[in-house]
Amino acid sequence: MDDPGERGRFGEFGGQYVPETLMPALQELEAAFREAWVDPGFRGELDALLADYAGRPSPMTECHRLGEELGCRVLLKREDLNHTGSHKINNVLGQALLAKRMGKTRLVAETGAGQHGVATATAAALMGLDCMVYMGEVDMARQELNVFRMRLLGADVVPAVSGSRTLKDAVNEAMRDWVATVESSHYCLGSVMGPHPYPWMVREFHRVLGDEARAQSERLLEGGLPDVVVACVGGGSNAIGIFSGFAEDHAVDLVGVEPAGGAAVGHGVPGIVHGMQSYLMQDEFGQVLEAESVSAGLDYPGVGPEHSHLAQTGRARYEQVTDSEVIDAFRLLSRTEGIIPALEPAHALAWVSRERRQLAGLTVLINLSGRGDKDVAQMMDILADEL
Amino acid sequence: MSLRSGLEARRAAGGKCLVPYLTGGLGEWVRTIEAVAAAGADGLEVGIPFSDPVMDGPVIQKASDEALASGATPPSILDALSRADVGVPLAVMTYVNLVYRHGFERFSADLAASGVGAAILPDLPLEESGPWCEAADAAGIETVMLAAPTASDERLARVVSRARGFVYAVGLLGVTGERDSLAVSAKVIAARLKDLTDLPVLVGVGIGTPEQAVEVCEVADGVVVGSAVVRRALETRSPEAVGDLVAEFRTALDGG
Repeated sequence: MDDPGERGRFGEFGGQYVPETLMPALQELEAAFREAWVDPGFRGELDALLADYAGRPSPMTECHRLGEELGCRVLLKREDLNHTGSHKINNVLGQALLAKRMGKTRLVAETGAGQHGVATATAAALMGLDCMVYMGEVDMARQELNVFRMRLLGADVVPAVSGSRTLKDAVNEAMRDWVATVESSHYCLGSVMGPHPYPWMVREFHRVLGDEARAQSERLLEGGLPDVVVACVGGGSNAIGIFSGFAEDHAVDLVGVEPAGGAAVGHGVPGIVHGMQSYLMQDEFGQVLEAESVSAGLDYPGVGPEHSHLAQTGRARYEQVTDSEVIDAFRLLSRTEGIIPALEPAHALAWVSRERRQLAGLTVLINLSGRGDKDVAQMMDILADEL
Repeated sequence: MSLRSGLEARRAAGGKCLVPYLTGGLGEWVRTIEAVAAAGADGLEVGIPFSDPVMDGPVIQKASDEALASGATPPSILDALSRADVGVPLAVMTYVNLVYRHGFERFSADLAASGVGAAILPDLPLEESGPWCEAADAAGIETVMLAAPTASDERLARVVSRARGFVYAVGLLGVTGERDSLAVSAKVIAARLKDLTDLPVLVGVGIGTPEQAVEVCEVADGVVVGSAVVRRALETRSPEAVGDLVAEFRTALDGG
């Protein structure tokens, strides 16, 4: 996976489609990141935080009971065990360190399920930065626990009340905030999306999980690699992170799993929104459609530009699962392995479960990008009659 | 008449340029822009509503949502503009995805065919503007570039050299909307741009009252007034009342 260059292009996708006010800030951010990323001092500080604060490396767990049920060998990359409960902390610690290095005093973030918001609020608390998180009003209701966690961590959480009142609208509000506060604030974008340099920078901050996963697979499989690597895709940061460890291993099949109601690659066409050119669910006139998914974290009509490129070149393929398949998978992992997944990686599990026949006898690595604590209240409602 | 020549004519006559903005598809918007033109506008900026207007504050967001809910589409707005009787140069303001989806060449041809001579795309910065500008130039559409207070002098110079029609000076750090007082940055950015270009320099974003318009025009060639106009339209639903507001700006800018 390459450096997309100063124009931030992954093939035809990517770019910088933002208000003019933000262009100097994006250029400053790119320069600061390029400089920091080759600075051993910065890398050492980040690595220390990832190890001593976030708990990296995260383990790799082989799921014997699940594997037996599905008829394939199942490995989980345990990003659910990171501090704050998901992979999001990797990116946020990197960006918060970078923001401090740039002299910014305030972090602005959008969040869907609240995982990125919680991670950003955590990093802000750790580093003494102010923090403002925008969250769709609908998501605030279904992820009440994370809203409280963010406030407990000292962040301001502001509802996005326009449009679908979900992640897409939270991104709009965060960008509007940044247009007004760009001199003192850093926009801590939570996925491999948005204008350059974010898709590339966020990928680089998540590369650690892919590199770990590759080394752990080799140890566990005695020099071998998994046949298939599977991850859920909303904006696509956890998927890019794990794909980055295996992209050069051409025998490894890379599979991104989108929610059927928010499948930008599956159902979208190229478009431009939130600073990037990428696949986008939109109508015939270019109005962005509202995604609809049980998972607030994947409830997004777009996708990171590098995923569009990977789909177009065929290096990765993108599949869809339905909400009910996701709910079944959520229960399956809980019951067979004693691991309650977040609804987002339950999409990856759902695809593996549904496609067990084509995966028979293969080794499948799933990125378990987050834990399910945040989803338990929502699942209590959904499963009220069954449990 | 092109937008640039319309604005330059006003400036040459010793006046200040007034370009009101209205969201296309909002209620009686065609009658409203006719009233606005009659009230002394030098040009009109018509918004084609987009689902995700990141450069717009709450007032224009609300107007966009309402226009979209009532079924406004880019073709319906251009079609209405082609039949509107305004008598002043027209620009559309919209977001790049609507243009990209339609196709840059097709969109610029459709603008020209509708009698629209200029376009403002606030999420298409200089670096990404090449393919659109090529199509727009070929169709004779003036692409108004935004220039922001955050830009270096070197960047401002490159922005104005690509600007056609006029240079849209972003008056403050923030999205569209009225503010209590004129931002200090408004006159600063106007002065920096006046040093760089002969194109008309109009300040927009944060110009909500005739007094603020007069104040910034101590330096600038004119103003774009958006949220104040749209708010009046949303509150009164009356083309005449919106025309009255624009007349107040005209009178103030004319020294009355």
